[in-house]
Amino acid sequence: MSKHQDELDPKTRKAGFSRRGFIRGVGATGGALGGAIWTEEEAQGAQGAVKTAGPGAVPVTLNINGKEHKLNIEPRMTLLDACRNQLDLTGAKRVCDRATCGACTMIMNGKVVYSCTVLAIDAQGKQIQTIEGISAGRPHAVSVAFVNNDGQQCGYCTPGFVMAAKGFLDRNPNPTYEQVKSGLGGNLCRCGTYVGVRKAVLEAAKAVKGGKNA
Amino acid sequence: MPNYNWPPMDQRQQMGKRQSRLDGIEKATGRARYSSDLNRPGMLFAVMLTSPYAHARVRSIDTSAAQKLAGVTGIRTIVKAGDEVNWVSQEIAIVAATSEQIARDAVRLIQVDYEVLPHVVKEENLAKAGNRARPAGEQVTGDPDKAFKEADVISEGQYGIPVLTHCCLESHGQVIEWRGDTIYFYPSTQNVSGIGPDLAKNLEVPATQVKVHMDHVGGGFGSKFPSDRWGIECARLSKESGGRPLKLFLDRATELSIAGNRPSAFAKIKVAAKRDGTITGWESTSWATGGMSGGGMPPIPYVMTNIPNRRLNHSAVQTNGGPLRAWRAPNHPQASFLTCAAVEDLAAKLGMDPLEVFAKNVQWAPEARRETYLHQFKKAAELSEWSKRWHRRGDSGPGTVKRGMGVGICTWGGAGHLSNCKATIHPDGSVEIELGSQDLGTGTRTVITQVAAETLGLPLDAIKVKIGDNSYPPSNASGGSTTVGGVSSSTRIATSNALEKLFEKVAPAWNTTADKLEAAGGKIQVKGDSSKSLTWAAASKKMGVQSITEMGQNDPKNPRGLNTQGVCGVQIADVSVDVETGVVKMNRLVAVQDCGLVINPKLAEGQVAGACIMSICGALMEERIMDAATGRVLNPEMEFYKLAGIGDIGEILVHMDIRPEMDSRGVIGLGEPPTIGGIAAIANAVANAIGVRVPVVPLTPDRVLAALEEKRSA
Repeated sequence: MSKHQDELDPKTRKAGFSRRGFIRGVGATGGALGGAIWTEEEAQGAQGAVKTAGPGAVPVTLNINGKEHKLNIEPRMTLLDACRNQLDLTGAKRVCDRATCGACTMIMNGKVVYSCTVLAIDAQGKQIQTIEGISAGRPHAVSVAFVNNDGQQCGYCTPGFVMAAKGFLDRNPNPTYEQVKSGLGGNLCRCGTYVGVRKAVLEAAKAVKGGKNA
Repeated sequence: MPNYNWPPMDQRQQMGKRQSRLDGIEKATGRARYSSDLNRPGMLFAVMLTSPYAHARVRSIDTSAAQKLAGVTGIRTIVKAGDEVNWVSQEIAIVAATSEQIARDAVRLIQVDYEVLPHVVKEENLAKAGNRARPAGEQVTGDPDKAFKEADVISEGQYGIPVLTHCCLESHGQVIEWRGDTIYFYPSTQNVSGIGPDLAKNLEVPATQVKVHMDHVGGGFGSKFPSDRWGIECARLSKESGGRPLKLFLDRATELSIAGNRPSAFAKIKVAAKRDGTITGWESTSWATGGMSGGGMPPIPYVMTNIPNRRLNHSAVQTNGGPLRAWRAPNHPQASFLTCAAVEDLAAKLGMDPLEVFAKNVQWAPEARRETYLHQFKKAAELSEWSKRWHRRGDSGPGTVKRGMGVGICTWGGAGHLSNCKATIHPDGSVEIELGSQDLGTGTRTVITQVAAETLGLPLDAIKVKIGDNSYPPSNASGGSTTVGGVSSSTRIATSNALEKLFEKVAPAWNTTADKLEAAGGKIQVKGDSSKSLTWAAASKKMGVQSITEMGQNDPKNPRGLNTQGVCGVQIADVSVDVETGVVKMNRLVAVQDCGLVINPKLAEGQVAGACIMSICGALMEERIMDAATGRVLNPEMEFYKLAGIGDIGEILVHMDIRPEMDSRGVIGLGEPPTIGGIAAIANAVANAIGVRVPVVPLTPDRVLAALEEKRSA
């Protein structure tokens, strides 16, 4: 039985399993099993050269909404958890925790990311934008359009949707209705607010072009 | 006594307006704080250990290694040696620690020795359920044997709808702190006024010790009423840690495995009918599961409850799965699907238009609703271009993409629940409205504000509505579409009472009496005499230093005509099916829905559209898949527990039936009814498109292709 299977079996599950160890294991064997790229020796050689951090808390500096935050956190902490639990930036939500639903969406170096699957330590040196950042001072045109078009009910998916829509509009300032439907496929809503969201994104596109609160 | 009646439809200033939700901007900017967003000073995190087995006996639990881990502040075991666990992910222990990561590490250090016992997790095949199936006893009405003997046509079918989970985006959980005599409880709940007493009972402390607060809830759908095992144990862990706040929200896998599900429903149905489509007899054998308690009995035949000559058999099947919880319109979507599928299959067999067959059999629905269904069938047909697009089953022309149309129906009660409201007018003219209610995203805050503003003749921003705290007058839990009727009525009564007191303060100056005054346009004035008028602020000053505070109650036994119950709804689906890939694409879903007096049409339409989208999920994607061998849930995450995305829903067309005769009935709840008919409509549309019934939803490509294959080989 491999270590991985062993750990999944609760009867034999033992102490000492960590996400770090697991990733390292997959990194070494997974690369070799993938076959085409690395031999096992090469993989292990590369591993030796990799800079490691932890276990235990390490200093991490994050640039969020134009401000530097110095944290002392475990390397396994995600960007999402660092924002929510350490910095009280709770607009982004933890829902699926597996990069499926988009409730945790942030913009990193201009690119839309699922912050539940970005390690905080890997987000260092990058410009991170959260819903709080784009809402500073006054609500962003996308947020306003979500309200006008009732693109929300319980609202738990909304901040992620707003960030995804902003990122989408940054890349597609003149979207068609069809583009909105495919461009925002990475966010899920349980209450079923997509009818309003579609209208909101089109309205926001016009508002942004008109220079309103963008 | 004030006149509490709703103002006439054409005189309303705030009610009936397409007002955007008032907490919308807070939610859309991330400022809205859900309980899961709370960070309290010195807060600990808790993580739960759950059972990896669907059925097992605990031989021993050893938490000693976990106790020793630095950062762990407390562990509570929920089961003890000798206890049985009956479903996968059942609660075993909870660990509190200074960080979530440490709590997770500690959970992994807990050693549990299980004796694995046999389990049953599948119920699709009743014959295999053995003694897990508990028959409810046969119900016979009339003479079904005679009806089937004399029938012109008999249609038979088998249908199934699996277990779904609520999949609330904010998982179940709470922040809780038990400091001294007081428990500060910040749950994610549909039950702000009732969850405190529930927790107190479980902890055996007086209910007065529990203070509940919740500003927003990230979805409930019927699954968030109790304080739950994790709430109870976290309270104890907080106390044991010296009163430190403690946060636990379930991880996604646990949420989907044990925090509620909607029971399945399967049925073999036989319908007897005359050649003109009139149903004369019904026989069904149905079964369902929602865990160890079995499953609810879907109310079939649905809507057409008075079909003469019926024979019903139902079995509840006990399975080793997480326990069922109420799910928007308990048992109705299942019943609607089973019934409407059987009626559609009958229509196809007769070669008739199913709308005609439904219309013919509305005679078996309760008398009060018949005319409404007929009206709604007509309206839905018009909006869906039924006469242009409907064709006989399977007669969808050449090509590999087949288009089809189908219909589904709903009914629900939705009377207002017990609700108390406190309305306060301060001497500076500011107004506070307090209710121990909650806004599930249905727009409760907004409609309360609209009702108060309407009654007091004020703009919306002059009203401060406070909900989400159990120090406010209690309102019942939000379940069964009871909230809007309850809170709108209690708010109407409380604000009318407060206004009456203000009138009494103002009237003497004009040498008149309270009953001669009215509040409109931000003024208090003598009816019909605009010369005798004061601004709201000037009138409020007349009360001196003492604020006016008045209560209002919606008593469900006497709702004073402000709210009532009983609605209909018709949904028509228009789908395209690729018969080579089995993929079903939504073109359009039309929903015609009544709910009496509509306080906010914008939010009501959004509620119906959302329910339609939920139905699309249920019809095409969503299902909890159990593994027979291991007893585990195979898709307890959102990658494979499929929900529709923004591109999967086609067009949604909502028509609120707000004719004056509907409006005059008073307010009726809307959360449940539009969730009911969509699955039936979509499943029927697919049968219409491809010429064969796909018996079990969701209509995934494999099921569609299997049905087509069966048709070919038949």
